[in-house]
Amino acid sequence: MSAATQDTAVRTGRITRTFIYVVLIFFALFYLLPFFIMMINSLKPLSEITAGNMMALPKEPTLAPWGAAWSTAQIGVEATGLKPYFLNSILMVVPAVAISTVLGALNGYILTKWRFRGDTVLFGLMLFSCFIPFQIVLIPMARILGMLGLAGSVQGLILVHVVYGIGFATLYFRNYYAAFPTELVKSAMIDGAGFFRIFWRIMLPVSGPIAVVCIIWQFTNIWNDFLFGVSFGGLNAQPVTVALNNLVQSSTGVKEYNVHFAAAILAALPTLLVYIVAGRYFVRGLMAGSVKG
Amino acid sequence: MKFFGKAGVSAMALTMALAATAQAEDVEVLHWWTAGGEAAALNVLKDDLQAQGIGWLDMPVAGGGGEAAMTALRARVTAGDAPTAVQMLGFDILDWANQPDVLADLSAVATAENWDAVIPAAIQKFSKPNGTWIAAPVNVHSTNWVWANKAVLDELGIAEPTTWDEFIAALQTAKDAGKVALAHGGQPWQEATIFDSAVLATGGAEFYQKSMIDLDPEALGSEQMVQAFDKMAQMRSFVDDNFSGRDWNLASAMVINGEAAFQIMGDWAKGEFINAGKVPGTDFLCFRVPGTEGNVTFNSDQFVMFKQAEDAAATAQNAMATAIESPAFQIAFNKVKGSVPARTDVPSDEFDDCAKKGMEQLAAAAEAGTLLGSMGHGHANPAAVKNAMYDVITAHFNGEYDSATAAEELVAAVEAAQ
Amino acid sequence: MATARQTADIDLRTRLQDWLPKLVLSPSVAAILVFVYGFIAYTIYLSFTGSKMLPSYDLVGFDNYATLFGLSAWSTALINLSIFASLYIIICMAIGLLLAIFLDQKIRGEGLLRPIYLYPMALSFIVTGTAWKWFLDPGIGLEHTMHLWGWESFKFGWIKDRNMAIYTLVIAAVWQSSGFVMAMFLAGLRGIDNEMLKAAQIDGASNWQLYRRIVIPLLRPAFMSAFVILAHLAIKSYDLVIALTGGGPGRATELPATFMYSYTFTRNQMGVGASSAVIMLMGVAAIMVPYIYAELKEKK
Repeated sequence: MSAATQDTAVRTGRITRTFIYVVLIFFALFYLLPFFIMMINSLKPLSEITAGNMMALPKEPTLAPWGAAWSTAQIGVEATGLKPYFLNSILMVVPAVAISTVLGALNGYILTKWRFRGDTVLFGLMLFSCFIPFQIVLIPMARILGMLGLAGSVQGLILVHVVYGIGFATLYFRNYYAAFPTELVKSAMIDGAGFFRIFWRIMLPVSGPIAVVCIIWQFTNIWNDFLFGVSFGGLNAQPVTVALNNLVQSSTGVKEYNVHFAAAILAALPTLLVYIVAGRYFVRGLMAGSVKG
Repeated sequence: MKFFGKAGVSAMALTMALAATAQAEDVEVLHWWTAGGEAAALNVLKDDLQAQGIGWLDMPVAGGGGEAAMTALRARVTAGDAPTAVQMLGFDILDWANQPDVLADLSAVATAENWDAVIPAAIQKFSKPNGTWIAAPVNVHSTNWVWANKAVLDELGIAEPTTWDEFIAALQTAKDAGKVALAHGGQPWQEATIFDSAVLATGGAEFYQKSMIDLDPEALGSEQMVQAFDKMAQMRSFVDDNFSGRDWNLASAMVINGEAAFQIMGDWAKGEFINAGKVPGTDFLCFRVPGTEGNVTFNSDQFVMFKQAEDAAATAQNAMATAIESPAFQIAFNKVKGSVPARTDVPSDEFDDCAKKGMEQLAAAAEAGTLLGSMGHGHANPAAVKNAMYDVITAHFNGEYDSATAAEELVAAVEAAQ
Repeated sequence: MATARQTADIDLRTRLQDWLPKLVLSPSVAAILVFVYGFIAYTIYLSFTGSKMLPSYDLVGFDNYATLFGLSAWSTALINLSIFASLYIIICMAIGLLLAIFLDQKIRGEGLLRPIYLYPMALSFIVTGTAWKWFLDPGIGLEHTMHLWGWESFKFGWIKDRNMAIYTLVIAAVWQSSGFVMAMFLAGLRGIDNEMLKAAQIDGASNWQLYRRIVIPLLRPAFMSAFVILAHLAIKSYDLVIALTGGGPGRATELPATFMYSYTFTRNQMGVGASSAVIMLMGVAAIMVPYIYAELKEKK
C-alpha cells in the first residue's frame, strides 16, 4: 500500500508517448461509442430516426424524449414514465448493498483472523456460489419466498440480492484482510479486546478502500438486475430495470427509439454516478485489496 | 421433496393468494401491453371496472411476446401469489388449464352472456378447454396478411396479386426495380409467421390442420411440406442481405418509406402504418397472402383468471370478464390494437377498411371451419413443439438445410419435442 | 498471579470468543447452503424428472440428458461458449493490461480517461444492447456510415453472418468489461515497488524486458482475480446475447445460459433445462475447483 505514488520508473521517449496517447484516445472513443449513439438518438425526433441515418447528429435537437421517458412514457396502463420506479430501486438497492457489504466484511474478518478447522473449505464453497446460474434458482426461490411470506415485496428482493451477493463480498474482504498483519489482531486479543471490539476498532478503520470496491460491485449488479426484479418484485416493488424493459420491449406496438434511449440513460444514471464519483477510490481499493491477496 | 410438491403449489396458491397485495375487490392484471396505443386501449377496460368500484392493479411485464410475463407468472404462482387476471396466448392457456385447481371458472358469466354463440369455436378451443370457460378472449389477430406500399406498386405497375405465382411475379418485379421486394426481420417468430402462410398456400386448410395442428408425421414429412419449404426459399430470395435480427417494425418502416414493396406480418403491423400517417387503401394495401384466401391463421389474446382465496375476488373477476366481452370495449380496444373483436357479432362501422375486411373474413372462416390457430404464434401446438419447429424453419431460412432435409428434420424435431 | 476467578473469566471469555465468530459466520453459511447448494441439489433432482411447465416429480432417469445431447443446438452452445469465453477472457486481459500499463505512464487526463474506460461495466445490456445492435448492423450502423463517408467498399456485416456473429458478441462483451480489468491491473501496477524497477533499469533492462520479466509476473494475483471475474461473466452472459442477436442468425450464437433459459421457461421443457444447468455447473466446477483449490492452498 505504501508504493502508491504516481511516480513510475519507466522512461519513455517522445514518439512512444505520442503512440501511447493515440492508443489511449482510440480506446476512449471505442468505449464512448455506444453511449454516443444512445445520446444523439435520444435527442432526435422519432421521424428523424426512422427516416434513415441513425448514426447522424440530430438535425432538430429536442429534449422531449427525455421528458417523456422521465414522466409520461407508457409503462403499463398508466403513463407514468420511469419516475415512480426509481424509489423502488433505491429502497431495494441501499439495504441490500449495505447488508451484503457488512456480512462480507464480517465473513472476511472471521475467515482470516479467527481461523478454524474447515474455514478454507467454507470459503471455497462461498466462492463457487458466485457461479450459480440465476435461471435455475427462480422456481425454488419463489417457493421459499412464498413460504416466508416475502413474495412480491421489497424485503424479499433484498433477501435474494443479499444471498447471492455474499460470495463476492466475502471474496473481496477476505483477500483484503488476508494482507492485514495478523499480529496486530493477536496483540489486541492479548490486551483483552473482544471479537467485535477488534473488528470495530482495528479492522473497520482500514476497510475504506475495499468497502468502496464491494459497494460499487454490489450496487451495479443489484441495480441492473432484471430477472429477480421481474419475478419477485410483485406489484409494489418493481425496480426501474423492469419499467425500462416494459418501455423498450413492447412487442406489438410502435417503438419510440428516442424515448427508449433517453430512458436507458436515465435508468443507468445512478450507476454511472457511482462509477464516476467513486471511480478514484475504486482503483485505490482494488489495489489495496483483492488483487494483492 | 414433498417440500416442493405439486399439490403444495396449488394449496399455497389458495391459502396465500394475494395476502399481501390486492384488496378483495381489486383485480391485479399481469399483461405485456406496454406500448402507448395498446396500453391506452387497456385503460378503457380499467376505467370501466373502476366505474363499478373495482380497482385495477397493474403488473406489466413486457418482452419476447409474453415470454417474460410467463416466466414471472410461474414465479408468482409458485410463490402462492398468483395475479387475479393474466394475459395469455394459445397453448400457454391450455398448459395452465391442465394444472389442477389453479384457474377460476368463468362458466356462469359465459352462460349468462351466451359466449358460446358469439365466440368462434376455434377460439373456444383455448378459452373453454375441457368444457369449462377459463378465459375471456380480448381480440383476434391474424397472421396471413401482406402489407404493401401502394405508391411503389403503382410506380412499378404491379396489381394486387391474387395467386401465389402472381405474388412471386410481383416480388420479382419489385426486386428487378432495385427495391427490397420483401421486408423481413430474421427472427424465428417472424420466419414462422411466413411459414404459416407457406403451408396454407401449399396445401390449404386441410394440410395445415394435419401438419401444424394434428402433428401427423406423415403430413410433416410429405412432399407438400417440401413444397412449403420451397416457398420459404422463394421468399428468402426476395429478402435483402441485412434481414437477420431486424425488428418487425423496422421491416414495416421499410415498406412505409417505400424502400420495400411488401411485408408478410400479422395485423398489428397496421398500427405502424397508421401511426406514420398512412391511410389504408390510399397509401398502403392490406390483403391476405395470395393463395391463402378463405383461410385465416389467428392468434388471440385472452385474459385467464386465477383462483383466489377470497370470494369477493370471483365477483371482481366475473365483472372483468363481462367488461372484456362487452362490445363497447371490444370495439375500443381492437380499433387501436389492429386486431379484430373476438366475438363475431360486433358491428364493424367504426373500423378502418383493413379491419372491416378482417372481420368479414374472420366470420366467414369461422363459419367454414378454416379459422386455424397460428403455429408461429403458439396457437397450433405446444411451446416445445412450436420452438422445435422454429429451429427447423429458421435453420432452413438461413440456408442450413435444403427443403427436403428440412422436412425430414421437421418430423424428427417434432417427435423429439413431444 | 491470576486468581481462580480471573482464570475462570478468561476461560469463559476464550470459549465465548471461540463460538462467537462461528455464530456470526453461520447465517451466511446457512444461506449459501440452502440458496445455492440446496438449489443445485434441487436442480439435479429436477434434471431426472419429466418436468414441463412447472416442476413435477416423476423420475425419468437419464432421458433429459439423452435429449440434451441429441440436440445440435446444445453442442453449438457449448462450442460457442468455449470460443466466446476464451477470446473474451484473453482479449479483455490483453487490452486491460495494455491500457493499464499505458495509463501508468504519468498520463495527463488520467482522471478523465479512467471513468471513460470503466463506465461500460456500470451499464447492463438491456441499456446498451440496442445501440450495439444498430452499430453492428451493416444497413444502419458502421458499414452504412462508412459508405456515407465515401468508403464504398467497407464491409462489416459480421452480425448477419452465421459464422462470424459470435465474434460480434466478443466485441461487445470486451467493450463492457475490459475497462474493469484495466482498473484491476492498474491497481496492481500502482502497488509495485518502484525502487525495484529502478534498480532493474540501472542494470540495463529495456522497458520491454522490465515489463516482461518483472512487472507482469508481479501481477499474477491480478491475473487470477481478473480470471475469476471474467469467467463468471462469460458463463452468465445472457443479456448480451438476447440484446445483440437473440441467439441468431438461426441459432448460431446460442450460449448455454440462453439455452438453459429457453428450455426451462419458453419451451416448457424444464427437465431438459435443468439437465443443461447441471452439465454447465459441472463444467464450471471442472475449471474452477482446481483453481480455487490451488489458490487457497498456496495462501496457507
